[in-house]
Amino acid sequence: MSQRIVDLVRARFPQAVLETHAFRGDDTVVVRREDYLEVVRFLKDSPGTAMDFFVDLTCVDWPDRKPRFEVVLHLKAWRSSERLRVKVGVPEEDCTCPSLSGLWPAANWFEREAFDMYGVRFVGHPDLRRILLYDEFQGHPLRKDYPKEKRQPLVPMRDDAPPQPPPFPERPH
Amino acid sequence: MGGVGDRPPAGGPPPGPAGAPQAGWLTTRLDPLLAWARRWSLFQYPFVTACCAMEFMSTMCAHFDMSRFGAEIPRWSPRQSDVLWVVGTIVHKQAPALRRVYEQMCEPKWVVAFGTCAAVGGFYDNYSVVQGIDKILPCDVYIPGCPPRPEAVIEGLMLLQEKVGRGELSRWQQQQPGAGRKAG
Ligand code: SF4
Repeated sequence: MSQRIVDLVRARFPQAVLETHAFRGDDTVVVRREDYLEVVRFLKDSPGTAMDFFVDLTCVDWPDRKPRFEVVLHLKAWRSSERLRVKVGVPEEDCTCPSLSGLWPAANWFEREAFDMYGVRFVGHPDLRRILLYDEFQGHPLRKDYPKEKRQPLVPMRDDAPPQPPPFPERPH
Repeated sequence: MGGVGDRPPAGGPPPGPAGAPQAGWLTTRLDPLLAWARRWSLFQYPFVTACCAMEFMSTMCAHFDMSRFGAEIPRWSPRQSDVLWVVGTIVHKQAPALRRVYEQMCEPKWVVAFGTCAAVGGFYDNYSVVQGIDKILPCDVYIPGCPPRPEAVIEGLMLLQEKVGRGELSRWQQQQPGAGRKAG
């Protein structure tokens, strides 16, 4: 559907596009992390593409892949109704990704959510804090290695409450 | 506790409503009266967080009309209420607020877990959801269902009223030091 846009990106950034594919009419470009911000800026601002609507930004954890994380961005052009998915790989050792909050203010909360759930640090984000979970939470729960049974309660759970001491100390016989 | 025939000592201070042990003849009459009054004038505080709220609304509105059962008015301050309805999913982030609302309520107080989420966490067996509000509060009645039908809610209310009417201790009272006295 938006093969035209994929071709434009490939022509403008031949070194940046690692891979492209299409699934049921939705095209995807996988780009290098170094060029991600420039590619997205081009998609937004160039009159030929004009992908001016930031639809969604999220993240995927692939524990067996390298790079382990993938930041997934969905864009849409209001005028031509074309859609495009942009993916960028983020390695676990250097879990950072350029922030888009300078291009779309709406990206702010999406990136905070991806940080909250996956721990990807968005470089250039004005206020990278947890957005859904509480500040006391340790770790990032949507990572595949977060233990499924792990709970981090803020008030003591009654089942775990320490047993009451006996009412009277036992006397030695 | 004195027997029914006991009398307060002549010339002693008038027995208070709390019922000193000598005033047995009075308290045995007062307890059922208080229980009866409480049973038919439950003031509810709805702590509504999720989709179960829809069924709570329909139970409160004209079709099912919970006010027929003497539980007419939701109070929007916990200090004026004695039944806490926990309606919907409770997440760990919210648990301190729920706990605080509960602590502000008048005593004796009762807690109803409305829906599967409030009762056991529902299908959200994950990092964020409290696996049943009885992990943080003593809970008196559990209404199952996702969401429960209004008939189930009304049955839950009636079960609670029966419990209150029997003068049984609420789960909160059972946990107080010196529990053992009847409600009132
Ligand atoms: S029990 Fe079902 S209807 Fe009620 S809050 Fe949970 S998910 Fe929603």
